[in-house]
Amino acid sequence: MSEQERRTEPYEIPEEMKSQVAVTTLDKIYNWGRSNSVWPMMFGLACCAIEMIATAASRYDFSRFGMEVMRPSPRQADVMIVSGTVTKKMIPTIVRLYNQMPEPKYVIAMGACACGGGPFKEGYTVVSGVDRFIPVDVYIVGCPPTPQSLLNGLITLQKKMEQESIATSRWYSKAPSQPIPIPVLGPDLMDPRKFDLIRQQSAAKKAAQTADGEVENE
Amino acid sequence: MSDLQTQTLVPQLDTIFPDWVRPDDRAGYQGYIVETEHLLAVAKALRDTYGYDLLSSVTGVDYLPEGKLEVVYHVFRTTGGPIFVYKVQVPRDNPVVPSLVPLYPGAELQEREAYDLLGIRFEGHPDLRRILTWEGFAGHPLRKDWHEPYFEEEAKPYKSRWPEGQVRRAEDLNPFADNVDYPAGFDPESLVPDADDTLYKTLFRVQQAQHPEIKTDAIVVNLGPQHPSTHGVFRMVALLEGEKILDLKPVMGYLHRNHEKIAERNTFLQNMPFTDRLDYIASMSNNFAYALAVEKLMGVQPPERAEYIRVIMAELTRIVSHFIAVGFLLNDLGAFFTPSLYGIKERELIVDIFEMVSGSRMMCNYFRFGGLARDMSPEAVQKTKELVNDRLPRKIDEFDRYLTENEIVRQRCEGVGVLTPEDAIALSATGPVLRASGVPYDVRRAEPYSIYDRFDFDVAYGLHGDIYDRYLVRMEEMRQSVRILKQALRDLPEGPIMTGKPAYQVRVPAGESYGRVEGPKGELGFYLVSNGKPNPWRYHVRAPTFINLTSLAPMSRGGKVADVVAILGSIDIVLGEVDR
Repeated sequence: MSEQERRTEPYEIPEEMKSQVAVTTLDKIYNWGRSNSVWPMMFGLACCAIEMIATAASRYDFSRFGMEVMRPSPRQADVMIVSGTVTKKMIPTIVRLYNQMPEPKYVIAMGACACGGGPFKEGYTVVSGVDRFIPVDVYIVGCPPTPQSLLNGLITLQKKMEQESIATSRWYSKAPSQPIPIPVLGPDLMDPRKFDLIRQQSAAKKAAQTADGEVENE
Repeated sequence: MSDLQTQTLVPQLDTIFPDWVRPDDRAGYQGYIVETEHLLAVAKALRDTYGYDLLSSVTGVDYLPEGKLEVVYHVFRTTGGPIFVYKVQVPRDNPVVPSLVPLYPGAELQEREAYDLLGIRFEGHPDLRRILTWEGFAGHPLRKDWHEPYFEEEAKPYKSRWPEGQVRRAEDLNPFADNVDYPAGFDPESLVPDADDTLYKTLFRVQQAQHPEIKTDAIVVNLGPQHPSTHGVFRMVALLEGEKILDLKPVMGYLHRNHEKIAERNTFLQNMPFTDRLDYIASMSNNFAYALAVEKLMGVQPPERAEYIRVIMAELTRIVSHFIAVGFLLNDLGAFFTPSLYGIKERELIVDIFEMVSGSRMMCNYFRFGGLARDMSPEAVQKTKELVNDRLPRKIDEFDRYLTENEIVRQRCEGVGVLTPEDAIALSATGPVLRASGVPYDVRRAEPYSIYDRFDFDVAYGLHGDIYDRYLVRMEEMRQSVRILKQALRDLPEGPIMTGKPAYQVRVPAGESYGRVEGPKGELGFYLVSNGKPNPWRYHVRAPTFINLTSLAPMSRGGKVADVVAILGSIDIVLGEVDR
C-alpha cells in the first residue's frame, strides 16, 4: 500500500491491531487470490509450445507467479495459452475446449501464428488468428516469443485480472454465457455464424461463372 | 555378375529392362523413368536382386505445362551407398499408379500424402484416404493450378503489397475477408460433414476380418488431438478389445501449415526460415539439409570454417533433441516433468549458444547457400568448448545414472513395442528407430555429407528393437555427438564463412536434387525441382518422424493402451515435421 493510500484510509484501526488486521476491498482480495493462482491448460499446438515448456522449466519458472499447475483438462483450467499455429483442422477442437472451460476463463494468443496467422498466414489450412473464433485477452508477439515475453504476457494477464470487479464480471451475471458455435469442416472451414455470407458469396460466384460461360459460348 | 557385385554396384536399369525403363535425360535430372505398368516388377527387382531394401521417399511432382504428374521414388541400401531414384509419369487427368505398399509397407502414409495433396490415386493401397487435410476438402492443394484463398500471384516477390504507399492486407482480396473459399453454388446447410465416418469404417473392417463368425464388441478410443501424452496435436484412434489394442490409426494434419505450397511460392532463400519451423526442436539440422539440397543444384561448396561450424551446430542440435526426447519419453512413462526439467536445463545452455551465433533461440535461420549467415564469435567458441569438454559429458552420465538402471523404466520399456530389423526396413523407419532394431544405418556414415568423413565416431545401434533400446541408442548418440564436437572444436580453422557474396536472390539452375542429412530423428531429406526461376518448382520434405509413424500401428498391435503412449514417445515425433 502506498503512502498516499495509507493516509486516505477510511477506517480507523486501533494501534495494537495494525500489524494483524488489513482492510481491503472485496474485489482486491478476490482478484489477488485469482491472479496469483492461474492454472494454464496443458495444451501445446506448435513451436511456441516448446518455449512455453521452457518457461515452465527451471530457468524461467513461471511457478513464481502461481502458474505451475498445468491442467490437462479444460474443466480445471483458467487460462488457455494458444501456443502455435491454429489450423482449420484443429480449430473445432480449440473452440470445443474453450467452451468446456469454466468461467472465469482467459485466452492468451502466444506467438505470431495465434495472433494473426504469422509466417504461415497465406497457407490454405491456416486460420488467420485464433481471435476469429474465440476472444483473446492478451496477445504476445514473436516467432516464437522468448520465455521472457511469455512471462510478460502472463503478468499482463494478471494485471488485467486485478482490474476486474465482481459487480460487473460476466461470470456472476444472471444470464449464462453462450457457448461459441463450433466451426464445421466442409470443402473449407465454415463458421456457423457466417452461413448466410457463404451462401450469398457462392451463389454470386456461380452467377459470375455462368455469365462467363455464356460469353465464351457466344 | 556375382552376387556381391549386384548388391553393391549401381544398376544400369535401362540395360537391364530396355523395354520398360529409360534414363531420365532431362537436363539436371538423374535416375530412370519406369513404365507405369511395369513399376511393381522393376521395384521388386531393385529390392530383391539389387538390394535396395529401404524405400526412403515417395512424392509427386506436378508438371503442369507438360500435362503430367510424376511420382518420384528414392530408395537406398541399408548397407550404405548413394540414394537411387526412379520415377513414373502419368497423365494429369487420370493419374493412377500402382501402389508400392505390397512391396514396401513404409510407403503407406507417403502415398496417402501424395493422394491428398496431388490427387494421385495409388491402386492397391489398403487405405487411401486424405491424411493432412480432411475428408471433403475441395481439391488437391499442391497441384499447380490450385489456388489458395489468399492467392495473389504465382511466385514471390509479389509485385506490390503497398499499392500507392498503402499496406494491403491479404483479407482485402478475399470476398469473405478470411482465409476461406468455397465451390461455386455451395450451400453450407446441405452439407453432411464426414465426422470421421470413413476413418472408423476402416477400423471396423479390421475387426470384422478378425472375427468373421462371432459378433464381438470392440471399443474405439480416441487419444488426442488434445492429450497430454501426444507431443502436440497428434491423434491416435485405437480399436480396443478389453485393454488390448486390435488396431490403431494415426490421424494427423492438425498442424498442417502448408509448408510445401508456401515454399513453392517463395524464393529459394525465403524458405530457409521456414525450414526452422519443421522440426522446431532441431532447427539447425533442417537448415543443413535444405542448404545441402540447394548447394547440390547450384554446385557451390562452403568454405572449411563454415563446414566445421555447420557440423558443430548440427551435433549440438542432436544433443538438444535427444535430451528432450528422453525427457519426454519419461514424461509418457509417468515420471512427470522431472526428467524433462533436467533435459531442458541443458537445452537452455545450448540454446544460449544458438542465440549467440544466430540471434535467435529456436528459429536460427543460420545457414546460407554456400556458407553461414554470421561467423561464430570467439566467445561462442569458448562457451561451446566449456560445455562440450566439461558439462555435457557429466550431465549425460547423470541422466544415465538416474534412468538407465531404473526399475520402472526397465519394466515399462524392455520388450515393449518391438520392431524387428526386417520390419523396420520394410516400414521405412530411419534414425534411432531403425538403429535400435539392429540396423546400423546412419547417413553420416552411409553416404557422408559435408565433412563427416573426417570425424571419428561410432554408429550407435541396439539389438532388441524395443523402447529401451531406442532410449539407449539416443543416450549413446549423445555421447558420440560430444565426441564429434570435441574433434570439430579442436580442428576449427580460421577463414571465411561464405563462398561468394551473400545474395538475396540466388541463381539456381534447372534440375532436381535430393539433399539428405542424418537428423536427430532420422533421415531428413529435401527433394527440390528447379526450372531455373527464382522459386522452386517443387519442394518436398522427406520428414523422418512422419514416415517413422508408419511403424506405430504395427508396434502397438497386441499391446496395452499405456504402452502405446510410451511407444509414441520412443518414436519421438515433432508435429511441425509430421504435418508440415
